Amino acid sequence: MSEANETHAGASEVNETQTPVTSMTMIQAINSALDTMMARDEMVTVMGEDVGFFGGVFRATAGLQAKYGTHRVFDTPITECGIIGVAIGMGAYGLRPVPEIQFADYIYPALDQLVSEAARLRYRSAGEFTAPLTVRSPFGGGIFGGQTHSQSPEGIFTHCSGLKTVIPSTPYDAKGLLIASIEDNDPVIFFEPKRIYNGPFHGHYNRPAASWAGHPDAEVPEGYYRVELGKARVARAGGDVTVLAYGTMVQVVLATLAEMDEAPDAEVIDLRTLVPLDIETIEASVNKTGRCMIVHEATRTGGFGAELSALVQERCFHALEAPIQRVTGFDTPYPHSLEWAYFPGQVRIREAFKRTMED
Amino acid sequence: MAREPARSNRPPLELHVPEPPARPGEAATFDHIVVPVAGETRRPDPREEPAAMRDLAYGLVRVLDDEARATGPWNPELPPETLRRMLRDMALTRAFDDRMFRAQRQGKTSFYMKSLGEEAVAIAAAHALDDADMLFPSYRQQGLLIARRWDLVDMMNQIYSNKADRLQGKQLPIMYSVRDANFFSISGNLTTQWPQAVGWAMASAARGDTRIAATWCGEGSTAEGDFHSACTFASVYRAPVILNIVNNQWAISSFAGFAGGENTTFAARGIGYGIASLRVDGNDALAVYAATEWAAERARGNKGPTLIEHFTYRAEGHSTSDDPAAYRSAAEASAWPLGDPIRRLRDHLLGLGEWDEERHAAMDREVAEQVKAAQKAAEKNGVLGHGLHHPMETMFEGVFEEMPWHLQEQRRQMLDEWKAAGL
Ligand SMILES: Cc1ncc(C[n+]2csc(CCOP(=O)(O)OP(=O)(O)O)c2C)c(N)n1
Repeated sequence: MSEANETHAGASEVNETQTPVTSMTMIQAINSALDTMMARDEMVTVMGEDVGFFGGVFRATAGLQAKYGTHRVFDTPITECGIIGVAIGMGAYGLRPVPEIQFADYIYPALDQLVSEAARLRYRSAGEFTAPLTVRSPFGGGIFGGQTHSQSPEGIFTHCSGLKTVIPSTPYDAKGLLIASIEDNDPVIFFEPKRIYNGPFHGHYNRPAASWAGHPDAEVPEGYYRVELGKARVARAGGDVTVLAYGTMVQVVLATLAEMDEAPDAEVIDLRTLVPLDIETIEASVNKTGRCMIVHEATRTGGFGAELSALVQERCFHALEAPIQRVTGFDTPYPHSLEWAYFPGQVRIREAFKRTMED
Repeated sequence: MAREPARSNRPPLELHVPEPPARPGEAATFDHIVVPVAGETRRPDPREEPAAMRDLAYGLVRVLDDEARATGPWNPELPPETLRRMLRDMALTRAFDDRMFRAQRQGKTSFYMKSLGEEAVAIAAAHALDDADMLFPSYRQQGLLIARRWDLVDMMNQIYSNKADRLQGKQLPIMYSVRDANFFSISGNLTTQWPQAVGWAMASAARGDTRIAATWCGEGSTAEGDFHSACTFASVYRAPVILNIVNNQWAISSFAGFAGGENTTFAARGIGYGIASLRVDGNDALAVYAATEWAAERARGNKGPTLIEHFTYRAEGHSTSDDPAAYRSAAEASAWPLGDPIRRLRDHLLGLGEWDEERHAAMDREVAEQVKAAQKAAEKNGVLGHGLHHPMETMFEGVFEEMPWHLQEQRRQMLDEWKAAGL
């Protein structure tokens, strides 16, 4: 790891060798990260429901089994609890497992293995054993997937000590963060915003979908590079108000600002990693703007936005000129037909901007 | 990394990863499947202890032979009228599936799942059970509702998530809930219904009721922990429940081998729990009927649970989101050795002289018309994404019996914001 990758500014990114850059969708970038890591480290092992021959229901693991064989990329029985338990055991042997949970909505049967086991293995064995897993899982709504293909359960994992939680919002970050997650010796929950797998969502479900083609954040090096965990990204610099967001909502906030009449000069911070959180970037921004808005798709009560709001209040109280606003999913299950009333889209973000800028 | 032990001169270990018999482009073979002669598998007395019938978990209950004649001890000897009704229900299910699959392709809804090729599993079971018995299905037993004469328009309203959808557009298409038909709310999370069915059955027994429960899941779903919890409870409390595994050979892209099917039968899962277990030709409506009737008799006689593996084939993609050509041989469906359940029952009726080609063709036309008329009626209430959904504020209803302040506030805020935005 030597040269910094200048195109995506920030000391946090390290590119070992300059490699050709290609335009990739987020799915391709994730596939490329897995491919890169499997080639570099023979301990990296990919497993999950339908990830082998078929290459995953979203194609994230396409081609990997043909390239690396069935001992390193394999289909599993349909038991999420089993997948994570087995991955922990493989990690104890010395492998670096990258299990996929087909949808984040199906991660709950694995909670015990994640929360009681993976999260605490290092602590309870005083470092004798660790769980170097990266659990990949598509999350979030926007595909008319109803209550079982739409949820954003990140708050369950951020609440539990011992798990890192990572969520990319661009193809470039998806690859760099996934590589850093796989190399991390602690368990990482890597939630992939499936709504922006193929394009940066603008928030209008009834307009043609945008594509990543030609997008600067979709220029992805073909080889190895890292985006360090725990470092946020300033997705848009500004002086009026700080927006804290991650995943799909980063793209929706940016689109809202671009389309809004009299848009505030907002600074949009893409958190990238929820735990550990880049508190310095957040503090610096809120101290500068004096206003803060938090946007996530997950339900509101006890969500990660509540944690962010508490932190900003504790640390930037004297700089705040207005109450912190949260734009979140409502505290209901994800409805099927009313998905777009539920989704915290442009209407709600715009109104929150107005409220935040009022006083 | 585990410390490397001193080099051993033992042979290196090998990891076994299952491979299906055929992949795309390859000839389909089902040589590994042993199909016993119809009528060969014995039928123990339904009061027999599970330990005395373990062989049945490795057999295959078949009634219809290769000439579609009913033979052997499991022949339920049904009157022709019942046979014709089962035939019609299967045909109606197939016509319904066909039409709703196309409706999804036309953009009228987000999702659909067919039961093509495995209609007998649900239809024959529904006919063998009492309408008062409680059903805990997976997403692929729409046939249960159809056999219980549930209104097709009501089912379609749910598929379209329209303004007449009794589930208010809250649930993914085909995840029906029909309390009035004793049909439990379907979950998208696999196998959760299994322990729930056992619990319902335990409650029925604890209350001295006479109703029993039945549940279904796919062979892939047997890997989930809930499957094993259900079997343990069912065994411990001798719950009056019928546990059905629909082994249609494929989960999504992974074949039954990834659920343990290479090493034993799914029916044999029951043996370790001391549960009476049957393996049944799932494409033989008479065998499914007979096995369900036998299991129901056990349950009603306080002989406890029965596990039934229905051996069948998923002839269509997993769902509208799936393309099976990417992972399995296209020739499989036609090579499947147990045939088509509708054709087999039709041929049986023809052989009995209780049916003829014209009546069959007329039936096919009638069910197609019936489904078409239902679709027309349902579409008057709207299709997905065309505005005819439940009012937006209904989203907040039903989270709790009474709406707490924070949901009331969120509801108000949503309506205010949409108004402010001029929507
Ligand atoms: C807990 C959980 N994990 C994963 C899924 C995703 N999923 C939906 S259906 C399916 C395959 C199920 O196969 P099987 O049990 O054989 O039933 P079939 O679809 O063949 O009827 C999978 C993996 C899910 N719905 N729930």
